[in-house]
Amino acid sequence: MIELEGVSQSYGGGELLSGISLRLAPGSFHFLTGPSGAGKTTMLKLCYADLLPTSGRVTLFGQDVRDLSRDGVAEARRRIGVVHQDCQFLDHLSLAENIGLPLTVAGREAGVADLKDLLGWVGLAAQARSLPPSLSGGERQRAALARAIITSPDVILADEPTGNLDWDMSLKLLTLLAELNRMGKTILIATHDLNLIRAAKSQVQARVLRIKDRRLQLAGADL
Amino acid sequence: MRRLIFAQDLLMRFVPATAADRVVPPTGYTAMLTTATAAAMAFLAVFALALSLAAGRVADRWSDALTRGATIRISAPAEQVAAQTQAVMAILKSTPGVLDARAFSVDETKALLQPWFGPDLPVDSLPLPQLIEIRESDGGGFDPEALRLRLTAEAPGAVLDDHLRWRRPLAQAAERLRLLGLMSLALIGAVTAAMITLAAQAALAANGQVLRVLRLIGARDSYIARAFVRRYTLRALGGAAAGTVLGMIALAFLPAASEEGGFLSGVGFTGLDWLWPLAIPPLAALVGFGATRRAALRVLRDGA
Ligand SMILES: Nc1ncnc2c1ncn2[C@@H]1O[C@H](COP(=O)(O)OP(=O)(O)O)[C@@H](O)[C@H]1O
Ligand SMILES: [Mg+2]
Repeated sequence: MIELEGVSQSYGGGELLSGISLRLAPGSFHFLTGPSGAGKTTMLKLCYADLLPTSGRVTLFGQDVRDLSRDGVAEARRRIGVVHQDCQFLDHLSLAENIGLPLTVAGREAGVADLKDLLGWVGLAAQARSLPPSLSGGERQRAALARAIITSPDVILADEPTGNLDWDMSLKLLTLLAELNRMGKTILIATHDLNLIRAAKSQVQARVLRIKDRRLQLAGADL
Repeated sequence: MRRLIFAQDLLMRFVPATAADRVVPPTGYTAMLTTATAAAMAFLAVFALALSLAAGRVADRWSDALTRGATIRISAPAEQVAAQTQAVMAILKSTPGVLDARAFSVDETKALLQPWFGPDLPVDSLPLPQLIEIRESDGGGFDPEALRLRLTAEAPGAVLDDHLRWRRPLAQAAERLRLLGLMSLALIGAVTAAMITLAAQAALAANGQVLRVLRLIGARDSYIARAFVRRYTLRALGGAAAGTVLGMIALAFLPAASEEGGFLSGVGFTGLDWLWPLAIPPLAALVGFGATRRAALRVLRDGA
């Protein structure tokens, strides 16, 4: 689905990531950890073509991102649901419209019943008509998750999706992602919350990756 | 102005908004500016168009086939007219630069004089001059001085009226004026395009975050551009429609344009010419469409 081969990334200065190789196979479940500033968000951005690698190769659904046209990038992103760390919404549209937006821009109809179910599931039914700026951080994060999965994408990338959630809601979100994984979705969660990773062990077969000294390692069973 | 905005709202309502339009937040102030500028430009375009058409009419009239060339007028005692006419025709046949010549019949002469003297001209009691129309060949025509010399020698009653010589500069001036009018129209179109590009670009820059979010969730450039394009196309259309109507009303209150009137009273539209200005709003919409689409796609490619 998504493949990184010898990818290095730098923002002008020294290299932030170097020699990263990773293959997200269909149906796999990965955690990505590392201290703050290690480059987790950067690596996810490489995975949805928001960044082009400084060197190395990133392949989305069998296509090199360098060969993708702008429309090609748009098509690829429709198959990748992303929960952004800084949940990006359109502030003049209601929450319900924001969540349905990935369908709208793809020219698909957002089913009212599906939208209601999803809103209910993330506990935002009452806020459906609210504007995003009026929501709390946790509410925004749940809305971001709902928007990421509404198109039923093949891959779900989540960047610190539980950063603003209480433990109960975090577990609920984990359960949902585990459920989606069992349905065959490929999942990658960037988090520094080790408790979340431990909690996941009982639910899914997850591999844990860690960014250390600019390189990607497979974390052992010591977690 | 308030009325203009109202018309704009009405137009927006009649052209149903698609989902793509809602993804860009509404703008109040720049929307009004765009509409007002489009209106002003359309108003000016109506006048430039009227000027071009009027100048065109004048130029056509003055360089018309019938008035191209010259006439010879023979005023002589009645019994000599026929002989002098024959002499003149003979001279003309051998004059280089004359394509052909034709003597007017009495009825034709009457018809020519009628606008000045009315239909009840007592022709029989008047010594009407004999008129001979000369058509010049292309490429220089005849030498009027040489012809005048021969005429005084052989047909003393004949006077060469060489109107081409004074009409040519007038026709040229009118032709220039028509060109200026058309250039003004082109400039107005270009200014409109520039203005809409600037306005659209400002709107695009102000909505950088919106563009970014839309791209991140998989919107294509064409989808994002559409929201802006529809808006600015409708603004250009609505503004231009208002400006065109105002311009046409202003022209309708000028003294009527006519085929015969002088140039000043001729600035305006006659008959089917009134259909021309109706092309201004759709053209403005087309300009708005093209300018916004180009601006949007460029901003998207360079940025988000
Ligand atoms: N657009 C950018 N330009 C320059 N530096 C950046 C940019 N984005 C991130 N960085 C830097 O890269 C490093 C890693 O950032 P990030 O990938 O967000 O880490 P993490 O998500 O693991 O906390 C940070 O030091 C950050 O300052
Ligand atoms: Mg981060």
